[in-house]
Amino acid sequence: MERHYMDSKIKGVSTGTTILAVTFNGGVIIGSDSRASMGGNYVCSKTINKLIQVHDRIFCCIAGSLADAQAVTKTAKFQISLHSIQMESPPLVKAAASVMKELCYNNKEELQAGFITAGWDKKKGPQVYTVALGGMLLSLPFTIGGSGSTYIYGYTDAKYKPDMSREECLQFATNALALAMGRDNVSGGVAHLVVITEGGVEHVVIPGDKLPKFHDE
Amino acid sequence: MALPNVLETPPSGFNFENVFRNVALEGLLEGGRTKAPKPMKTGTTIAGVVCKDGVVLGADTRATSSEVVADKMCAKIHYIAPNIYCCGAGTAADTEKTTDLLSSNLTIFSMDSGRNPRVVMAANILQDMLFRYRGQIGAHLILGGVDCTGSHLYTVGPYGDIDKVTYLAMGSGDLAALGILEDRFKPNMELEEAKELVRDAIHSGIMSDLGSGNNIDICPTRSQSLKTRGKYTSIILVQHLF
Repeated sequence: MERHYMDSKIKGVSTGTTILAVTFNGGVIIGSDSRASMGGNYVCSKTINKLIQVHDRIFCCIAGSLADAQAVTKTAKFQISLHSIQMESPPLVKAAASVMKELCYNNKEELQAGFITAGWDKKKGPQVYTVALGGMLLSLPFTIGGSGSTYIYGYTDAKYKPDMSREECLQFATNALALAMGRDNVSGGVAHLVVITEGGVEHVVIPGDKLPKFHDE
Repeated sequence: MALPNVLETPPSGFNFENVFRNVALEGLLEGGRTKAPKPMKTGTTIAGVVCKDGVVLGADTRATSSEVVADKMCAKIHYIAPNIYCCGAGTAADTEKTTDLLSSNLTIFSMDSGRNPRVVMAANILQDMLFRYRGQIGAHLILGGVDCTGSHLYTVGPYGDIDKVTYLAMGSGDLAALGILEDRFKPNMELEEAKELVRDAIHSGIMSDLGSGNNIDICPTRSQSLKTRGKYTSIILVQHLF
């Protein structure tokens, strides 16, 4: 198996990926593709789960080294649960994002994983936070990440509107994922979307052949 | 370095002390006259499939040391618990020891808690351990078994990444075996059909890969009473290929 990952900067399985999170009126949509690659030319998994639930209304999407990302999210899930039990109330999205940021920043030499944390809490409603590779934490109305995100910066900057409806936002996220998956070779598979609102969490899975097609496909 | 008992939580945070040790060791070897010993690898084909009543795991039986076949009848399907088995590819010593440690810890856990271990627990323990060693333990594992929540099949990589799947092949012959699995896998197959599929997948790995060969071990794991499970748990299909 060594021949597969000799030249990649990430050792082992990486989620060369497209991930995004977008707030809309009343909630947030977090989405990703489902491909895990090794060395840039072998797809280890077509159905990997990159949307990890860290608490009832808080999800994280992962990019970078799969091992590092899974280890960080496991630790974060434990710490957020403990925090929530001690506070006797659901955790704030900001708290969850800070936990991820602490782990990434304090271990920045050894880890190679980036995250997008998104969710809903009672204090500030729907929020999106991005935790970059070195541990930078930013709060944004929407964000994209992973290797495939470079191809959709233009699209998302042009098409994002604040206060969209749920359907508009779903369409926006689906289109963005489809465009990125179409151009990035290490993103692909199915599009996983999770809609988080005060009322609950809803998973939407769009198989590859049902994704929107654009003019050249 | 002893692996802590499964019921003790290790100190919080990540432990990277072995990174410094490894850098120091590499420095010593490169500068000096000694060369690091070449580990015996199980250039291998292993596969697993989830079927209707359980999980079928299969493996070839060749262990290689560079170009020489070191062991013609090597057992790559390791016992973890009565209801959980694990196939290992990569460095033979690493897969042996890792699965041994896991098996011991799960036995202690079973005795203390009075419960049968779950496959997901085994997968999590493996993930925690392998991640701590940063890929230095060359164990590529297929973990499969049946517990009270159903039949499960997990892949565990040497860096500590896990994925839950319905069919899987690993080792140097994985691409050949995956071809067979991708073509003929169907969800909810009967046990006999699944055993044949796994056997054919390993066979194709043996034919197309120099590092795999000799015989095929098949291990179906089903949710049955301990008495009959003992009878069906290990079936060795011997096929003389040369």
